[in-house]
Amino acid sequence: MSGEPKQQQIQELSQDVLSAIGRQSEPRTEIVTRRDIRKYAIATGQTERKYLDGDVAPSMFHLALFWDIVELTDLMPDGVSVDTLLPKFPLEKAMAGGLELKYLKPIHPGDELTATRSLIDIYLKQGSKGPIIFYEVIMEVKDSFGNDVVWEKTTRLLR
Amino acid sequence: MNISDIKKGLALPVREFSCDNRQLFLYNAVLFNAHRIHYDYPYATKVEGYADLVLAGPLIGDWLHQCVDAWVGESGELLSMEYSNRHAAYVDEVLTGIGSVVSVDTEQQTVEVDLRIENANGDVIAPGKAVVRLCDHG
Repeated sequence: MSGEPKQQQIQELSQDVLSAIGRQSEPRTEIVTRRDIRKYAIATGQTERKYLDGDVAPSMFHLALFWDIVELTDLMPDGVSVDTLLPKFPLEKAMAGGLELKYLKPIHPGDELTATRSLIDIYLKQGSKGPIIFYEVIMEVKDSFGNDVVWEKTTRLLR
Repeated sequence: MNISDIKKGLALPVREFSCDNRQLFLYNAVLFNAHRIHYDYPYATKVEGYADLVLAGPLIGDWLHQCVDAWVGESGELLSMEYSNRHAAYVDEVLTGIGSVVSVDTEQQTVEVDLRIENANGDVIAPGKAVVRLCDHG
């Protein structure tokens, strides 16, 4: 696409990009409802009754609970919203990403959960087809007593 | 399920997953995910170059969780999971969840499991790894 730097030209990340490491989002608090658990369980094709009835949340429910809610004006033409935690990267084509999750406490209806996201690393690697930018974001979910509920690390690749 | 019955190499029950466009809509609605590759066929195929409407990556991740969850049932709990989305998967595609035990720690009562979601061509859509702790039934 025009305006994008050629991949071969990117030898290192700018200080502007690297200075974003350490950024942290404002904590977001949500209350878990049985209805939301049920909707998530149905939409993921769950077969377990305890999830379909909303008695307890399936493992990845926190992802839906804390997915960004943005207004229509904040959606880009492709329907994706800008993640304000991230700097403007010189490469923008998102490639495969990975997730690491630790489950520390089950989630039930009525739980009040707070999530905080932190951008912990950005680095560049030279791949066989050109440079690849990696970035890592940690999300920590705690309950209203400060107990750890879920720990999640997302690694994303941009080419 | 007792940990003494679980050996390295033990295969988890194979599971099949498929997502039609109704489920794909519901999943992205639940997430509030407006990415057009999941519901706008001309955009997904002509602009982004995909073969069809694309399944959201976290849905595939959820299915990896379901493979473990269904196997362990009430006998244990999932402690951790890691996975990556390697290839796109599409609406109405039949995918298979496959897993096997890679190690057993009888002291910690934990079992490590290798997992993957494959398409009909045998392409690994999402490889993963999970650790579960089994309840001590004495």
